[in-house]
Amino acid sequence: MSAINQSVHDHGHHKDLAHHFDSLEQQHDANTLGMWAFLLTEVLFFGALFAAYTVYRYKYPTVFEEASNQLDITLGAINTAILIGSSLTMALAVRCSQVGSQKWTGHWLILTILFGCGFLGVKYVEWKHDYDIKLMPGKNFFHWQYAKEAKKMHAHGGGHALPDPNKVPRDDDPELGVKARLESEQARLFFLLYFCMTSLHALHMLIGFGIIIVIAYHAYKGAYSPEYYTPVELIGLYWHFVDIVWIFLFPLLYLLGAHLGH
Amino acid sequence: MASENHAHHGPASLVTYIGTFLALMVLTVITVIAGFQNFGVWNTPIALGIAVTKAAMVVLIFMHAYHSSPVTKLVIVASVFFLVIMIGMTLSDYISRGWTL
Repeated sequence: MSAINQSVHDHGHHKDLAHHFDSLEQQHDANTLGMWAFLLTEVLFFGALFAAYTVYRYKYPTVFEEASNQLDITLGAINTAILIGSSLTMALAVRCSQVGSQKWTGHWLILTILFGCGFLGVKYVEWKHDYDIKLMPGKNFFHWQYAKEAKKMHAHGGGHALPDPNKVPRDDDPELGVKARLESEQARLFFLLYFCMTSLHALHMLIGFGIIIVIAYHAYKGAYSPEYYTPVELIGLYWHFVDIVWIFLFPLLYLLGAHLGH
Repeated sequence: MASENHAHHGPASLVTYIGTFLALMVLTVITVIAGFQNFGVWNTPIALGIAVTKAAMVVLIFMHAYHSSPVTKLVIVASVFFLVIMIGMTLSDYISRGWTL
């Protein structure tokens, strides 16, 4: 069967061209525009959290820097590198679909998912640690004095040993005074924003996994061609957007207090 | 036959993509190193400047915005515009009034 017979629908137009479009190019441009319009709403979706972060960081600059210092910069930087790597593999997946190498489109998409899993694995380690040192926001979870004590123990060569919760004063202990209680409340706000932003980001990655798997499956089945690769292009846009969100989250959450020294 | 309708710019070269990836990695290293220095009020502008540069590279090269249609470019610019309005105007209110949160 010739390539022409494969690509022509039985009533005279390309099999991938929807009836309401004049040409594949017009269809591709319209679909890309639609995806960008969706990403615009996503920018504002995440933007609301960035706005909340900006306001509270403006209000409580000192405590936000100290709270940021509880995060692990090494793990954050590794995750940034992993995500940039996944953006490269995604860009290569799109490129392979443009040049007609569908098998490699599938391979690069699978590799993108593997990088994504690596990212979420690191994120799990971080969240677990944050939970263990009582940084999870919530009335019965958050204990700022405990987190500070855990950090102090770690800095003095305590390894990964955790302090005894009964020996650490509560955040509202009258002996610590009002200042300590306010500090606890402000730090809790930082971690509320931290968990909201990183988990919304992680949720986007999980949704991305699902869509990438479907598109990789179609690529292996031979659904795309240099004339029609729009779905690969669109999932690429989505994935790069998720990468960009992290490009901003990393310095704003992790590097905020780095200059204070750990 | 359908390819004559397909007047799109050809795929970018491998060198472009790998070069972009390496530049993004270098900028990540720079932002970490800069984070450990104290530039006073310039800490945040420097961190954000590097992040915006990285984001622009991803948008223009990985997301093919450079070769996209004019309407698509308009939507991209609009997303940044409205983000700046949302954060800028919210912050201007908190900065200029005696709010206590």
